[in-house]
Amino acid sequence: MADASSERETPAKPRLLSDPKFRALVFQIIASITVAAFIFFIVRNTLHNMESRGISTGFGFLDRVSGFGILQSLIEYNETSTYGRTFVVGLLNTILVSVLGVFFATIIGFIMGVLRLSSNWLISKLAATYIEIFRNIPLLLQIFFWYYAIGFNLPGPRQAMSVGESLFLSNRGLYLPAPVFESGFMATGLAIIGSIVAVIFLARWARKRFEATGQLFHTVYASLAILILVPALVFFASGSPMHLDYPSLQGFNFQGGVVVIPELFALVLALSIYTAAFIAETVRSGIQAVSHGQTEAASALGLRPSWTLRLVVIPQAMRVIIPPLTSQYLNLTKNSSLAAAIGYPDLVAVFAGTTLNQTGQAVEIIAITMSVYLVLSLVISIFMNWYNAKMALRER
Amino acid sequence: MNLKRISVLTAAATAGLMIAGAAHAGTTFDSVKKNGFVKCGVSTGLPGFSATDDKGNWKGIDVDVCRAVAAAMFGDADKVKYTPLNAKERFTALQSGEVDVLSRNTTWTFTRDTSLGLNFAGVNYYDGQGFMVSKKLGVKSAKELSGASVCIQAGTTTELNLADYFRANKMEYKAITYDSSDETVKAFEAGRCDMLTSDQSQLYALRIKLTDPNSAMVLPEVISKEPLGPVVRQGDDEWFNLVRWSLFAQINAEEAGVTMKNVDDMMKSADPNIRRILGVEGVKGEFLGVDDKWAYNIVKQVGNYGEMFERNVGQGSALKIARGQNALWNKGGIQYAPPIR
Repeated sequence: MADASSERETPAKPRLLSDPKFRALVFQIIASITVAAFIFFIVRNTLHNMESRGISTGFGFLDRVSGFGILQSLIEYNETSTYGRTFVVGLLNTILVSVLGVFFATIIGFIMGVLRLSSNWLISKLAATYIEIFRNIPLLLQIFFWYYAIGFNLPGPRQAMSVGESLFLSNRGLYLPAPVFESGFMATGLAIIGSIVAVIFLARWARKRFEATGQLFHTVYASLAILILVPALVFFASGSPMHLDYPSLQGFNFQGGVVVIPELFALVLALSIYTAAFIAETVRSGIQAVSHGQTEAASALGLRPSWTLRLVVIPQAMRVIIPPLTSQYLNLTKNSSLAAAIGYPDLVAVFAGTTLNQTGQAVEIIAITMSVYLVLSLVISIFMNWYNAKMALRER
Repeated sequence: MNLKRISVLTAAATAGLMIAGAAHAGTTFDSVKKNGFVKCGVSTGLPGFSATDDKGNWKGIDVDVCRAVAAAMFGDADKVKYTPLNAKERFTALQSGEVDVLSRNTTWTFTRDTSLGLNFAGVNYYDGQGFMVSKKLGVKSAKELSGASVCIQAGTTTELNLADYFRANKMEYKAITYDSSDETVKAFEAGRCDMLTSDQSQLYALRIKLTDPNSAMVLPEVISKEPLGPVVRQGDDEWFNLVRWSLFAQINAEEAGVTMKNVDDMMKSADPNIRRILGVEGVKGEFLGVDDKWAYNIVKQVGNYGEMFERNVGQGSALKIARGQNALWNKGGIQYAPPIR
């Protein structure tokens, strides 16, 4: 008996190794350890090599004074600021370009995508031409084109084109009057926030009433009225606590006002036109993915064509559109790093360019820059995934 | 199977990295000798310093520094491979071993010498930063430039000097930074900026690139010290010595009056100084690990410092820059080399 039981137990041992679950676990652990060891080795090797060659390492440089100027900064910055601050300036400039680019690319893309499906032959062919041209030319060339074509062909500041002595367009950029807020502006600010909250409640109430009774409420007009009238009333009641700072020509350049530099303009234009061509195709495929029966059913129910589009086609098309749209947003954000080519002070130009060169801390700076793009992309992904989940088909 | 293959690959890659690391640890001197050529980092195109001529050959005072090293090492100044680098890439290229010597109008500064793991082997051109403006502006001095937009190359000491100068004089400016000096010229010409700032020598070089060079002028102010010279990796003393003394040999040759033309006659000279420089008697090339005729080869094939200067940036070139600070110490300049003895 004892022999028999030991005989039965002996094959039990190889059974553990041939157990697929256990084997998978072992292999995964081995793989993880290998990868971790590999990364550890690379990091240690890099640090060791840099130390042995007398290259300084660490992140202490972020506290040192930068000593150079930056063309465009959304926060207070000057030559006595630190390298840490140049990082923030570059980051904000990158975010600015990406947000503007995503905004305009979405608008142009949706319009072009819908026009591409127009039954009007000319409009549809024009949209198709636009898409094929801009989708098939490398982005860098387009950036150069807009920069050299627009930025370099405008008149100098002394011959600037002006609209009513308040808008000035020259090769230094577009100068606009800047609003200057005075002490009593607080009330207006509160009024703006208040009216936004009111509009949100209004929209919710209107939807509930619609779902309950079927009665429509003109939310758009009502919201516009609230958003404009309430802050305006408060603004004038509190004695107009804001004035405009007009740009004026002094010496070599305009002083005062706000400026849109040609580099920013060219970059946003190129990025949005290029990305919009892809978005247009995405939108077209999304709309075409909605079966024609849906449209026919909607019109059989007596829905107006504009309602059919808004209530039946677009919501269903969005489910197809959003995932590829996310990729386009990610591409646009990453493509914004081409800014360095035309001197726009984005993260790559300011931080991975000038700062890297002045400090020589290549490994640290490139690592930081890469992580920033990773984080930006992940944030966009998370937001779009949330939006996608919200728009997803809800089975009832 | 797959996982096994992956770990084998990982091991192979790891071993590869170790070998690569070991190759770096070996001295540059030996690896250059083994390769049979000098890997020289130059600019992407700066007339007079490093630029290709119409036949595609690299020419310039920085190029000649590398040629002199090759002449000393191999007895053949042509044994050089050039890698064009922009300002942002240059130090990484040298640190990573992509080039053996960086001879690319690079300013010798404290930070670069001490924190990058690099050493400056000498100064082949004493420069200073200046401004170029369009004549249309009617500006006579840099002090009148408050509020100006400035075109500038990214990743240079120029960027810092500019900020210092405007801050010290309480003036405002807007810096538009481009990756290459060609782009700064294009933007300057298109009127995107009021002035272009760079080392004075470069300004003259960039000015002749303008469609109408006479439309622009270089202002008299020099706002900084810019000693430009070849750079090598730190901790590689044999190689450092060779680069440093190749340059010193050229300066010593000029001082002794040894030129490309008369170098063969000079071999028979009775002057002990000249005899030492040319390796006829006294010091031996083996101290540098090269042939006794190393300095002879440099002068014969590249010329002495004065010849190199005049041919590339001086009267023999389109730039026509005066010797100024770059004259020898006994001729009113500051070019000085320790004696060869």
